[in-house]
Amino acid sequence: MQLDEFFVTGEPLIYAGMVAIALVSGAIIFLLTYFKKWGWLWREWLTTVDHKKIGIMYILSALAMLFRAGTDALMMRTQLAFPNMNFLDAQHYNEIFTTHGTIMIFFMAMPFLIGLMNIVVPLQIGARDFAFPYVNAMSFWSFFFGAMLFNVSFVIGGAPDAGWTSYTPLAGAAMSPGPGQNFYLLGLQLSGIGTLATGINLITTIVKMRAPGMGFFKMPIFSWSTLITSFIIVFAFPILTIALALLTIDRIFGSQIFTVTGEGLPMMWANLFWMWGHPEVYIVILPAFGIFSEVIATFSRKRLFGYTVMVWSIILIAGLSFLVWVHHFFTMGAGAFVNSVFSVSTMAIAVPTGVKIFNWLATLYKSKIQTTTAMMWALAFIPSFTIGGITGVMLGMAAADYQFHNSYFLIAHFHYVLIAGTVFGSFAGLVYWYPKMFGHKLNERIGKWSFWLFVIGFHICFLPQYFLGLDGMPRRVFHIVPEWLPLNPISTVGAFGMGLGFAVFVYNIYYSYRHSEREKTGDPWDARTLEWATPTPVPEYNFAVVPHVKSHDAYWDMKQKGETVYDESKVEPVHMPNSTGQPFIMTAIMFFASFALVFEWIWLAVAGLIGVLVIMGIRSFDYDEGYHIDSEEIKQTERSVRGL
Amino acid sequence: MRYTQQRHNKWLLPLFTGLLLLLSGCSELTVMDPKGPVGESQKDLILYALTFMMGIVVIVFTLFTIMVVKYRDKSNRKAEYKPDLHGNLKLETVWTIIPVMIVTALAIPTISTLFDLEKPPVSSEKEPLVIYATTADWKWFFSYPEQGIETVNYLHIPTDRAIEFRLSSADAMTALWIPALGGQKYNMPGMETTLFLQADETGVFQGRNSNFNGEGFAEQTFKVHAESSSDFQDWAKSTKNSAPELTQDKYDSLLKPGLVNKMEFSSTHLEWVHHGSNDGRDYSINRHRTDFAEQLELKNGKNHNHGPSEKEGGQ
Repeated sequence: MQLDEFFVTGEPLIYAGMVAIALVSGAIIFLLTYFKKWGWLWREWLTTVDHKKIGIMYILSALAMLFRAGTDALMMRTQLAFPNMNFLDAQHYNEIFTTHGTIMIFFMAMPFLIGLMNIVVPLQIGARDFAFPYVNAMSFWSFFFGAMLFNVSFVIGGAPDAGWTSYTPLAGAAMSPGPGQNFYLLGLQLSGIGTLATGINLITTIVKMRAPGMGFFKMPIFSWSTLITSFIIVFAFPILTIALALLTIDRIFGSQIFTVTGEGLPMMWANLFWMWGHPEVYIVILPAFGIFSEVIATFSRKRLFGYTVMVWSIILIAGLSFLVWVHHFFTMGAGAFVNSVFSVSTMAIAVPTGVKIFNWLATLYKSKIQTTTAMMWALAFIPSFTIGGITGVMLGMAAADYQFHNSYFLIAHFHYVLIAGTVFGSFAGLVYWYPKMFGHKLNERIGKWSFWLFVIGFHICFLPQYFLGLDGMPRRVFHIVPEWLPLNPISTVGAFGMGLGFAVFVYNIYYSYRHSEREKTGDPWDARTLEWATPTPVPEYNFAVVPHVKSHDAYWDMKQKGETVYDESKVEPVHMPNSTGQPFIMTAIMFFASFALVFEWIWLAVAGLIGVLVIMGIRSFDYDEGYHIDSEEIKQTERSVRGL
Repeated sequence: MRYTQQRHNKWLLPLFTGLLLLLSGCSELTVMDPKGPVGESQKDLILYALTFMMGIVVIVFTLFTIMVVKYRDKSNRKAEYKPDLHGNLKLETVWTIIPVMIVTALAIPTISTLFDLEKPPVSSEKEPLVIYATTADWKWFFSYPEQGIETVNYLHIPTDRAIEFRLSSADAMTALWIPALGGQKYNMPGMETTLFLQADETGVFQGRNSNFNGEGFAEQTFKVHAESSSDFQDWAKSTKNSAPELTQDKYDSLLKPGLVNKMEFSSTHLEWVHHGSNDGRDYSINRHRTDFAEQLELKNGKNHNHGPSEKEGGQ
């Protein structure tokens, strides 16, 4: 293979990307060396098994991915602003909408939410860590390396260009030769291992490690949504894993499972993809529902309305999410009966979702609303998501969907639910739990600037797209025609508003790091759930004394009675897991093996696979029992962080 | 209270004006201004759904505005504060049952329309006109077995007669979508799907492949010329008489991935291959396996079928 085949050449924007990557990597290496931080990086981060640090790494990666895929979005909106734009050619546009969608779903939305779950769930249920801290570290690193593998595609080998759905037969070896699609398959496969492991890990943690007294129906709603989400992950992700593996075998080893030739079943891919893909939608929306519930209860100074109904509606939505996948291809011609069944099951989801909307509104009723930035994200979600939801019901009406399908109406709908749901939720959660993570609040004034820019930009960007869809504008076209003119430039302006909002958000992180008042109480919002009972910064063992839970909103209850979770007389030595470099090294080897497989260097890939198996073997005979923190040290730590 | 009341009006008025403006603009949108019975039934369904949806939007937005305005934590606030209020069986039952009723009200016409769309539109009395619509990267072949002709990248149809499109693809999955006439359906290799459409008005409408299939996707469009039955017959006859015959060699070269101009032939490719059958599914792949790797390096403005002046002539 020639070097000019290995690197992507001939595209000025991609050269600029290469220069940027080189500069940023160079700067990071220089700073780490200059400040002698390599040891710190290895000891404190790369080898950590602490759920709080892993969560922070998840969120930082997710923000970086939001930046990358957001840049993709702005490039697309620039190209679509006017009919005669030649900013991107067809091929480049196709690559960019593919990476935009894939990265936003797999490497932004999921890790952002999983990051928040990592930090919050153990604290919220009164646990000291995940059930399997080692596996948790492995999950993060496999996500991280999966994301890196997918991202290098645009400078090395060429980015995938068959859409984030990667439909066969288009994505098969015959019609999409070259390494692009292999990057998609192996990047997702690698990170999917991590997601599946996280699902199992979270289920075990929540089922087995809740504080004494915390029955399932005394569990905070975010933990509930995490538990249900984890069940969806465990049932849905194996379908994706298998589908990706089958397509990989098709492409690299010449089998004919999804091919047009050899009696393959190309349409089976669409079925398998959406059998995973629709539950996936709920994997990224249910945790956001949980976040909104927590934020709304806290800042309306009121109990969540209809807690039990909220829990059951999450369970119902999760169950229904497995029964609706055909609505993604009503137009495949499965016939009126099949489409009717899936139409009804799809519209049925609107019932529990509608109930949740009304429960949130009822939580606000006779409350005391504090308009903090976190609360504003949560409030903006209610009307915005309602628009996304009702248009979703319209798309669920199969006969009408024949006109909406593959059009900008669909694009507008899923951005309305995914941005107003998942992205607003992630931002609300990050702002809300930020003091717990970093020991200081984000600046409220700058936060509100970013909120208004982003939310107004969002509506300007996506509301017009409903009408563009009804005017016959299909998705994934790389240029517009004059008939679609006035609304397209408006939409582009909105997209840049969102970009500006995000930039202000990131600036706020820097500004608050420099200027925000340091947090001392551990409970800056006067909140309701157990994570706020810990001191800030949270000691590595989380709870010096395991709390006893008596009611829903456990910490609120304790505060009302003047109790705390800390009782010095009950402090005992805490057993902790050791840090380990194995997860990092093992997934790094998997990364190289996958990279080799992308270019079909089979022997190198096999060597990598053997390396992974060797580390698994070492791990299997590893009798590392961890260590104990003795009671005196805990008492000292608690005294200093609690200011006793 | 008067203060908050005014605040509501200030918020609600622009909201309603906005909605009215948007709805009045609807009649200019292609899907909301259909030219045939299929599109008409889908438009009716969309408008029917939209009335319910607007109702929901109004209720949720009003409640939301009231809550946010009335229950904000301010110094001069007089509204009641009940921190332990956490359930009300009656209310919760109401807002569970209402969505169930709305969903039922939407499901019934959806299902009946779905079954109707599987049959030729009822307004026509004659037998449907059968047209085989076949896609290959990135072009359309329309075969008229009854007339014995085939066109590439443009379509003529008679008005007031149901058209029975038999859809299939020579390579990637695509979809036939003529928004002015009605909704789409997929073209797939090795399978045949049927889509009924009909034009009630003469005119030129925009048609396209709406399902992404690679580099030339945006240019895989065609014009639909809907004309009176006699005009259609004249056009078919003159095409039959003047157009060259479609040979298998010519057809095979047209299947090669790429863009081609409009063409017409006095015979159809159905004589030797039907891509919608199991035998025909790999016809194109077997002949052009290596050609998919070649890039068109397609830039904006190089389109043959989809210039800026398209729609003006038609409507």
